[in-house]
Amino acid sequence: MAHSASTPPRIRDPWGERTPYGPAQSWPARVDQHLVVDEGAVERWVPTASLLHSNGDAMDIAVADGRIVGVRGRHGDRVNRGRLDVKDLYGWQANNSADRLTRPLVRGEDGLAPSDWDSAMGLVVQRSRDLLDSDGPGSLGFYTTGQLFAEEYYTLTTIARAGIGTGHLDGNTRLCTATAGEALKETFGSDGQPASYSDVDHADVIALFGHNVAETQPVLWMRILDRLAGGDPPKLLVVDPRRTPVATRAEIHLAPRPGTNLALLNALLHELIEHDLIDHNYLNRHTVGFAELAKQVEHCTPEWAAKICEMPAEDVRQAAWLLGSAQRLLCTVLQGVYQSHQATAAAVQVNNLVLLRGMLGRPGCGVLQMNGQPTAQNTRECGANGDLPGFRNWENAQHIAELAKIWNVDPLQIPHYGPPTHAMQIFRYAEQGSLKFLWITGTNPAVSLPELARIRSILSRDELFVVVQDIFLTETAQLADVVLPAATWGEKTGVFTNADRTVHLSEKAIEPPGDARPDLDILLDYARRMDFRDQDGGPLISWSDPESAYAAWQRCSAGRPCDYTDISYADLRSEGGIQWGGERLYTDGDFPAAPDECESYGRDLITGASVEQTEYRALNPAGKAVIKAAEFFPLHEDASSDYPFQLITGRTIYHFHTRTKTARAPELHAAAPDVWVELCAEDAESLAVAEGDLVDVVSPRGRIRARVRVTAIRRGTVFVPFHYGYWDTTGAAPPDDAPGRAANELTVTDWDPVSKQPLFKTSAARIDKVQP
Amino acid sequence: MNGIHYVLHRIHHGENEAAKELLRMAERQQTEHEVHHVARDLASWSQEHLNLLAKHAANFDLDLDDHADTPNGITSQLRETLANAIGPRPEPALLLLEDLRHLYLRTSENSLAWEMLAQLAQAKHERGLLALSEECHPQTLRQIRWANTMIKTQTPQALASL
Repeated sequence: MAHSASTPPRIRDPWGERTPYGPAQSWPARVDQHLVVDEGAVERWVPTASLLHSNGDAMDIAVADGRIVGVRGRHGDRVNRGRLDVKDLYGWQANNSADRLTRPLVRGEDGLAPSDWDSAMGLVVQRSRDLLDSDGPGSLGFYTTGQLFAEEYYTLTTIARAGIGTGHLDGNTRLCTATAGEALKETFGSDGQPASYSDVDHADVIALFGHNVAETQPVLWMRILDRLAGGDPPKLLVVDPRRTPVATRAEIHLAPRPGTNLALLNALLHELIEHDLIDHNYLNRHTVGFAELAKQVEHCTPEWAAKICEMPAEDVRQAAWLLGSAQRLLCTVLQGVYQSHQATAAAVQVNNLVLLRGMLGRPGCGVLQMNGQPTAQNTRECGANGDLPGFRNWENAQHIAELAKIWNVDPLQIPHYGPPTHAMQIFRYAEQGSLKFLWITGTNPAVSLPELARIRSILSRDELFVVVQDIFLTETAQLADVVLPAATWGEKTGVFTNADRTVHLSEKAIEPPGDARPDLDILLDYARRMDFRDQDGGPLISWSDPESAYAAWQRCSAGRPCDYTDISYADLRSEGGIQWGGERLYTDGDFPAAPDECESYGRDLITGASVEQTEYRALNPAGKAVIKAAEFFPLHEDASSDYPFQLITGRTIYHFHTRTKTARAPELHAAAPDVWVELCAEDAESLAVAEGDLVDVVSPRGRIRARVRVTAIRRGTVFVPFHYGYWDTTGAAPPDDAPGRAANELTVTDWDPVSKQPLFKTSAARIDKVQP
Repeated sequence: MNGIHYVLHRIHHGENEAAKELLRMAERQQTEHEVHHVARDLASWSQEHLNLLAKHAANFDLDLDDHADTPNGITSQLRETLANAIGPRPEPALLLLEDLRHLYLRTSENSLAWEMLAQLAQAKHERGLLALSEECHPQTLRQIRWANTMIKTQTPQALASL
């Protein structure tokens, strides 16, 4: 990252100036702003929140002459107190891009050609009807995102599950938060973030597991940095194979071999039990399953873990001591765990850690199973992922009956004979040919899914009708049969919820370009044209705009853990961000885990097999938190003589997802214009390559070309950011036989058997030097 | 042949078959990625059971192999090639269901055999054998549940699309 004199300060220092504060003090405000006009020229400030990460930072959009001219963090909001991520300062420019999609496109003899809404929707509806008649609902599938609004997800869920009647609806949240949701279900009975960002204000130890918060949720990192700069700062325990900005501030930084998180966690739990650093009272009153855990980790000594994780046993001991001596312990988890081997099993052990220490539901105590995307929480809550709306349990007949009543359909119309189909399985059905219609909203699987050559071949199948609804002609859109131009953030109204359950209303500030339409309008138009009916012959979908869609979602959420009935548009307009469930969940040690209430009866943490309802009733009749143990298994794809490195993929602070928006902001693009590969100095030396050299990174699936960055990454591990694709180089794919630049050309198709989250951090690779 | 020999033979045979079936399934189902990976993990349980069985059998003057027969090399390569060639067609979904059905039945047999061993061990006060059954039987049950879950999940699409 070479910055020049003209580089904007916030690109050079993305976290900005410190506003130090001490424990239990309130985090001082600092208002970040970027305008391209004089402040006096701003006609309106329109409230919204960030759509370029999961932190949910409240902000206002500046409007002049019908265009966005800048942004400002909202001073009083609980999440960010005025601060903005560098992506938010500059990313809004993508709205104004000249290459936005402005008309529907339909594939003809010569490829995609401009069309109109009537023709494009007519085709989508015709294909839907034909397939429903000939092949049934299982031939249609929907793949959505973590970037629409709650109203849109709930409408999509109603269309897919009650209108079409297909189980094949999932979000790209499968790639970012499926393990978070699953780990919460396994331990607490239901999804729902236990802790709150404000726990940073009180914690004396913050343990971050595979969570490079400095780059994934920069404003949350600013809060931690401000605590570190203030009096009586918290100590950080950081688990990451890279020396990230977070690791440089750690009291203890553990860099285990990728894929061995579970071994490390089992050893940490072993030490806590061995030295009796656990809260027996809390365990007895509020949990079941401790004996099984104690037995499972009995042999997991620091020395045992040191061999597997390839790190000093003493470091494990020190880390356990730090965890064990904390008075107010906050644990956070993200992709370093979720996208790695034994993802759910490891994430669940972090839950176990806070339960063992009785660190839950008090200021400074708890666990944040983080999200990757801005509205991932709503995908999960509204059932646009592999769950049912309102955290309902597909195996609980009463929950299905409730949903059927809300939608006024026959319970059999709602597929509940198995878990809703996960994304990787949806693509497998498309590959087999039993799924013939795939409607993709707001996501770019041709860059973001593993093993891209396979994904491109699936999306290109003649037998598969692909609809892509997006704001740009992404790599995926280029492979579609019909492309629908959507409005985005700032051009439509709706609600979304961040990783600490804070709900914001995002208001429409400007008109979408050309004929582009809000996703909600497109979905409602489809429902109208399909003429979906309830069992009395009335329209299945009775709502017509964001606020009436929100009211429908409120009714569906009533009485469930994520109850929105007390949070109205009017409240959100007057108060700003509001958390559902209050500041912290489980303050009294009561969990939504009772057999009649829970979202899931759980799964085997190794095999993914479902736990039967009768078994769960016997195990946990009183609905306590469930402590689940799991044994370490060797990696499915390990380094070998042909592929001696372990490849992990990840993020940079300057880009979001597949860069569709961030690369169209000149400042962000300039900060990270092309793909790179990180190697440690010893590995670079043995390969005889230096900083800036071009190399090929090769795996059994493909080859990419990237420039070397020599960093303090673990030896034997290489890191490639996953953001880069081809829309700004060669189109939808690399040219034949040429090396690509998307990290996912290399990644293995393998997923966690429990959460079904693809494992982007467990592929084997080699480095080929490119002769200049 | 005494009762202990009889039941140890029976379990050993069953676990050997389960290990082979799981490894064969992993090879055949290269394009069913979850099955491909998890089947190999589950095979390691059966392999570990064989190892433990061989150790215990030696105490009863019984010589049992401590590892599973390996699937034939050339055949297994052929299976891989075939799996990748027919991967993108719907019929393999039926072959997958058949594989899972066989595994369910095989591991259910093994579960019964572990049950018989536990009963016999109690009757004859053979604490070592009882502990062996208590250690291994739960993993056999987890193999069954996995097969059951996979059948439940895969059946609707596989059969409704025929």
